[in-house]
Amino acid sequence: MSLTRATLAKDLRLEWRSKDAINSMLFFALLVVVIFSFSFDPTAEESRQIAGGLVWVAFLFAAVVALNQTWARELRNQVLDAYRVSPAPANSLFLAKAFGNFIFVSVLEVLMTPLFIVFYNLRALGPAYQLPMVAVAGTWAIVVNGTFFAAMSLRTRSREIMLPLLLFPISIPALLAMVEATTAILTGEASAKFWIVLLVAYDVVFTVGSLWLFETVLNAE
Amino acid sequence: MNYLFAAYAATWIIHVFYLTTLVRRYSRLRKEIEDLQRK
Amino acid sequence: MKRAFPILGVVTAALLSYALYEALVVAPTEATMGDVQRIFYYHVPSAWTAFLLFLINFVASVVYLIRRNTKADIVALVTAEVGVVFCTVVLITGPIWARPVWGIWWTWDLRLTLTLVLWLIYVSYLVLRRFSSSGQTPLLAAVLAVFGALDVPLVYFSIWYFRTQHPSPVIGGGGSLDPRMGRVLLINWAAFLCFAFMVCWSRYRLEHLHREVEEMQALESMLEAKSGSAS
Repeated sequence: MSLTRATLAKDLRLEWRSKDAINSMLFFALLVVVIFSFSFDPTAEESRQIAGGLVWVAFLFAAVVALNQTWARELRNQVLDAYRVSPAPANSLFLAKAFGNFIFVSVLEVLMTPLFIVFYNLRALGPAYQLPMVAVAGTWAIVVNGTFFAAMSLRTRSREIMLPLLLFPISIPALLAMVEATTAILTGEASAKFWIVLLVAYDVVFTVGSLWLFETVLNAE
Repeated sequence: MNYLFAAYAATWIIHVFYLTTLVRRYSRLRKEIEDLQRK
Repeated sequence: MKRAFPILGVVTAALLSYALYEALVVAPTEATMGDVQRIFYYHVPSAWTAFLLFLINFVASVVYLIRRNTKADIVALVTAEVGVVFCTVVLITGPIWARPVWGIWWTWDLRLTLTLVLWLIYVSYLVLRRFSSSGQTPLLAAVLAVFGALDVPLVYFSIWYFRTQHPSPVIGGGGSLDPRMGRVLLINWAAFLCFAFMVCWSRYRLEHLHREVEEMQALESMLEAKSGSAS
């Protein structure tokens, strides 16, 4: 546990100083929003129907930017070999990385949401308090698998393409749930409850799966 | 266009395509084995 | 063992021809859809075969994770490849069937969407196998297969609920089945299972040979290096 906290604190400190990940993510998400704004010029009613999909696609692509650099520092400084031989549990490392990514992507979401509201004149007709629940569950779904697949992609060719290639198909149920839940809450036409439950189930399944298999992946070869 | 014919034809085109790649890989392997045996 | 292969090949070809005859001639014409419905006899067995192959892939991957058995790894690779081939057939015949019957190429129908997601997962599996460095490929692939398997029930439920919210036509025929059609369906499935087995067996032998050749080549270059440095 203390290793997790220490690694997490270190990563956050380094990121705060360089702001590498946050800046690239932010810029990327901003570009996506602007380009989508040019492509679609919806009415307020239409906005509520499509915003769910747009928002989560933008966040997903921005998250990939952050995820791709998850292990970059460790790889550069050959730290991973040290982790392999140390008695420290591999899962602490994984959790630290996953939490770090979760914080980065959440910060991005907090910064981008006002922009989306402005560009698309958004107003939730359904229970708005459910939106943070969807955001937290959905972000963790992307981040937990993303961090895991980033580790799997480390020694593959075309590493940056490998990560989204592996992540997107497996994430389909989570993505569907995020988008449908957000749309349901914005339009107020349906209940998001099933989708939130599905997201939590997804999170549980893949958090357990990642913790169970991370050591295996770390020690591969 | 006869959709039934298209579906059945598509099925076999896909299978034959895959089998062709197997045959091609096999003949390439055979050549490599000959090269190795000659050495 | 070697003698069985061509015999089985002939049997498979005969079975496939017989099954084709049954599907095109013997099976009764469907009342509402007409002859186009006969696509059913190729579409459904391909789907069942693909799912069976992916199931075998999952089992082989778990065996590999536990035992690090090379044979299990080859079985995993083979069933993934052949499974993707059959899956592709399902995804092509589905829309070809949907178009004349419902006027649309695609609908987020439960079975078809599930097939699409499985196809995507297994194509990414095959890409991972191709792009990762050979030492760790079997292990990473096995892990991905396990993740894919964990995903399947979640995919099923998410699409199921989505469809209750946004209803659409069901490709692949819902409702009860005329027993005469059921018989033709099973004959075609048996034929395609034999065919799948033959293809998997061939692919297995090819992969086994390929790995042997790789080993010999590695040995060869090692010996050359040694003799080069000695002289």
